[in-house]
Amino acid sequence: MAEGDGQVLSAPESAAAGRALGEALLARFAALGAVPVEAPILLPAATLLDLYGEDIRARAYVTSDPGLGEMMLRPDFTVPVVEAHMREGAEPARYTYLGPVFRRQEPGSTRPREYLQVGYELFERDDPAAADAEVFALFSELLAPRGLRAATGDAGLLAAAVAGLETSPARKAALARHIWRPARFRRLLDRFGGRTPLPEVRASLLARLEQAGPEALITGAGPEIGLRAAQEVAARLQALAEDAAQPPIPAAQVAALEALMEVRGPAPEALSAIRRLEGALPPLSAAAGRIEARLDALARCGIAPEALPFEATHGRTTQEYFDGFVFGFTAPGHPDWPPVATGGRYDALTRALGAGGGIPAIGGVIRPGLLAALERGGAQ
Amino acid sequence: MTLRLGVPSKGRLQEQSFAWFAARGVRLARTGAEREYSGRIDGLAGAELVLLSAAEIPRELAAGRIHLGVTGTDLVRETIPAWDAAVQEVAPLGFGHADLVLAVPDFWVDVTSVDDLDAVAAAFRARHGFRLRIATKYHVLVRDFLRERGVADYQLADSQGATEGTVRNGTAEAIADITSTGETLRANHLRILEDGLILRSQATLFRARLAEWDAAACAALSALSARLGVSAGEGGG
Repeated sequence: MAEGDGQVLSAPESAAAGRALGEALLARFAALGAVPVEAPILLPAATLLDLYGEDIRARAYVTSDPGLGEMMLRPDFTVPVVEAHMREGAEPARYTYLGPVFRRQEPGSTRPREYLQVGYELFERDDPAAADAEVFALFSELLAPRGLRAATGDAGLLAAAVAGLETSPARKAALARHIWRPARFRRLLDRFGGRTPLPEVRASLLARLEQAGPEALITGAGPEIGLRAAQEVAARLQALAEDAAQPPIPAAQVAALEALMEVRGPAPEALSAIRRLEGALPPLSAAAGRIEARLDALARCGIAPEALPFEATHGRTTQEYFDGFVFGFTAPGHPDWPPVATGGRYDALTRALGAGGGIPAIGGVIRPGLLAALERGGAQ
Repeated sequence: MTLRLGVPSKGRLQEQSFAWFAARGVRLARTGAEREYSGRIDGLAGAELVLLSAAEIPRELAAGRIHLGVTGTDLVRETIPAWDAAVQEVAPLGFGHADLVLAVPDFWVDVTSVDDLDAVAAAFRARHGFRLRIATKYHVLVRDFLRERGVADYQLADSQGATEGTVRNGTAEAIADITSTGETLRANHLRILEDGLILRSQATLFRARLAEWDAAACAALSALSARLGVSAGEGGG
C-alpha cells in the first residue's frame, strides 16, 4: 500500500520495497559519478521561510527548539544540498541523496505525510543545455521500464515574455513577481493592459494627491507609527502617480503573452509556436534559442524531440523555485497520484542561498515508494 | 446516551447564550455554588449542560465529546481543520458579532486594498531586508485569505493580545484581528482595508458530526430542535 489508498503513513512492506528501489537508484547515480550527500532532516525554518514565504507553513511541518527557534522537517533536499555545495563544493559537481521528506497534507487527504525521495543534482556553469539534457535523459532512461508519461516546460519563458513588455520596470517587476500566482498575474495583466479601469479609490487618491501634495495627505491622515516611514508612503504615492500616467501595455503584446501561456504540443511544434511570438515579445528569441539548444542536446542523448511533450506553463503553480527547464513523469493509470518524478533548473535559488555567488544548477527527484506501488501492479 | 450541550462557562457569552435558549423556552441554569462549573437543562429529558471555556468548545465539538456547542465561527474555522466535515452550523445566535479584518496605519494613504498591501510588502522587503509583518492570532484564516488573494512577501507575527498596539510598538507593520465596532482600531490609528474583511463571525450553535449519535441522543436532539425552532439534521453524518 502507498499513495492514495487511505494509508496516511507508509506501511512497512511498502517502505521496505521503496527503500530497496531507492537504494538501487542511489547506486546508479553514484556510479555515474554523483557524490552521495547526507542532509539533515531538521532545518532552520528561517531559510525556508525566506525562500518560500509564509505559504511553506501550509506544506511543511514546523517545530521549535528552545535555543535555535523555529525548525522545519525537511520538505525537500534542494535547500540543504545547495547549501552544502555552496559551503564546500567543487565544480562541476554531481550529487545524489536518498531519504525521507515530510509534507503536511490537507485534512482528509490520503497522501502520505512522509515519503522517500532519491535525487540527482548537477551544478555546472559551461553548458546548461547539455546539463539539462544529461539530467532529463538519465531520468528518462531510469524510468523507461515503468511506462510513465513525460511532461516538459520552461519556467523561464513567461519571465522572458514579461521582460519584453513595453511598459515600466515597476510593472514588469510586479508581473514577474506573480508569475507563480496565475490569478494575481491575470489581475495585474488586465489592469496594465487597460482592460480593467483604474479603481475608483485609486483615481480619487491621485486627484487628492495632485491637489494637496503628498506631505499634507499623509500627515492629515494620522500619526506616523510603525517601521514603514512616511517617506516610504510618499515614495509609493509618487510611484502610483507615475504608474497612472503609463500607457497600457500594447494589446498585441498582451495577446502574445496569452498565446504563449496556451502553447502546448510536441516540442518542435511548441518551439515554432513560440518563435511566432518573438516579433511581439523579442526576449522570447533568446528563450527559444535556449529551448532549441536543449532539444539538440536531448537528441544527442537519444531523446527524440518529436516525441517529447512541451507545455509553456508546465509546473507553473507547483514548482516555484524553478526558473528554466522543468520536467515531470506521471503514472498514466493513476491520475490521482502526484508525479512519480519531477525536476528542473533552479539557478536563481542558488543565487539566493549563495549570498550573491550562485551557480547554474539542475536536478530532479524520484519517489521510489510510488515506483514500488507500480511494481505491485499499481494495486492501490 | 445523554445529549451533551456545551456553553461558555462564564461572562457575557454565557449570559447571552442562556438568554437565547430561554427566549425559545429552554431554560439553562448553573447548578451548585457560584464558581462551580456545572449546569442543567430544565424540562428536557436526556440532555445535559456542559460548561466549558469558550476557547475549548471547538476542540470538544471536533472530537465529538459534546453533541452541540455554542462558540464563535471564527474559532471554529481557525482551530478545526476541515471544519465543515467535523461540525455543522445549526443556528447563528445573533450576538457575539465580530469581524476578522486586515488593518494598516491610517497614514498609509497609499494602501486601501489587499493588492496595495501586497505591493507594499514587496517594497518593504526590498528596503528593510525582511518580510512585512502582520500581527494576528488567527494564523490559519489569515494565511488562507492572503494566499487566496495572491499576497507574497509577508510574515505572520503571533500576537495573542493587544494586537492593535503592535504597529506602534514596532513589532508589526499591519494587523489582522477581530473587531466589533472598530473603536480600538481607530484609537490606535489603524484603518481597515476596503476589501480586508476576512470573516464575519458571530456566536453560533454547532452540531458535532463525529459525536456518538445513538437513538437517545437523536431523540433528545429532535426534541430540542423542535423547541428551538431550528433544523439540526439527522444526528450523525
